Amino acid sequence: MIRKVATIVAFATGLFMLVQYFLNADIVSLIYRALLDYYQIIFAMTMIVGGITLFLNHARTIAHGQRAGWYSGATIAAILFMIIAALIYGTGADSPYQWAFNNMQAPMQATTFSLLAFFVASAAYRGFRVRSRAAAVLAISALLVLIGRNAFGEMISEYLPQAAGWLLNHPSVAAKRGILIGIGLGSVATALRVILGIERTYL
Amino acid sequence: MEISTLVAVFFTMAIFSFLYRDNPFYRLAEHVLIGLSVGFTLVLLFNSVLLPKLFQPLFGSHDLWSLIPLALGLSMFAGLKKSWGSYSKPALALMIGSGAGVSIPAMMEARVLRQMASAIEPFSRMGAGESVGLWFIVTILISLIGVATVMIYFFYTRPETKPVTFVSQVGIYFLMVFFGATFGYTVTSRLTLLIGRLEFLLGDFLGLI
Repeated sequence: MIRKVATIVAFATGLFMLVQYFLNADIVSLIYRALLDYYQIIFAMTMIVGGITLFLNHARTIAHGQRAGWYSGATIAAILFMIIAALIYGTGADSPYQWAFNNMQAPMQATTFSLLAFFVASAAYRGFRVRSRAAAVLAISALLVLIGRNAFGEMISEYLPQAAGWLLNHPSVAAKRGILIGIGLGSVATALRVILGIERTYL
Repeated sequence: MEISTLVAVFFTMAIFSFLYRDNPFYRLAEHVLIGLSVGFTLVLLFNSVLLPKLFQPLFGSHDLWSLIPLALGLSMFAGLKKSWGSYSKPALALMIGSGAGVSIPAMMEARVLRQMASAIEPFSRMGAGESVGLWFIVTILISLIGVATVMIYFFYTRPETKPVTFVSQVGIYFLMVFFGATFGYTVTSRLTLLIGRLEFLLGDFLGLI
């Protein structure tokens, strides 16, 4: 019964959100804005459910006395710190919440992403072999962008940065456009399947 | 030295220590990062969504319509208990259904029509009588051929005739250029981040640069 209700809700809201694009009436835009707000509220609540699930999983790890318990304790402490700090001191520029973001979260995120430079390069070095013409084209364009997009490329030749820029702005963008058009058409087809109740894997 | 710099240095070095191998410092930093990110996101969502769109209308101006999203939002908590999981489905369906409905015109406009228009737009400069060089014409022709051949490559139900196969092969070369350029660009952007972290360690912390 609930699944049927859910399918009807998906159909009705999906159809309304699609049709409202072509309509220009106050009541329609009022319902449209309300549905967008509902969407955001449900999304926020879903994120809270996700946070609680993470919290409970780590609490369970601690309760079972596993070796990873210390690390789980760190995760729980970090979650609680951000929430309690925001509740007591707010989220202003000088708050502990913002301090933890600026001095802990942001440096760690930047460092984690910078590590990818090593891993992506080493994985490419170990795994990539030029076995065909297509693979050679990939390797040449990668090298051209790698060398041409920094000061080293400019030292070798003034044309290298220009060539790298041309490659990025024209043939690469052309392929990206082809992919994006494909993604767009695929997304429309999938959205229609969801609205019409053909695609119900989320239930 | 400020405590904030020392804390940032500790966590930066803890993450960098993974270059050697997995170790307790890295795992601690990893878990702290997850916890901080979750806490940060939850607070952000509460302040930017739940407070202005739900709690202020409900408790501030006693807007009873806000009970609907409250009930739908609370129904998501049913997912925490397996046997109650199905009660969260109508709210989930509202989210997915409305998202699908909104995405159809948005996707058509941003991903299909605008991309097609951008591929053809340079030709309008020629049509308007603007003087353009030979290199410009070659470049826009290459771009147009790239879009068309890549789309034909992804057209899986195409007839396997020789000309169509040849055109899709050309599409593969354009895709390889895209993948190569994207790889190079990604590595370059990650290197920029790495330089930023090294600048912080050598400059702000050690004062060497």
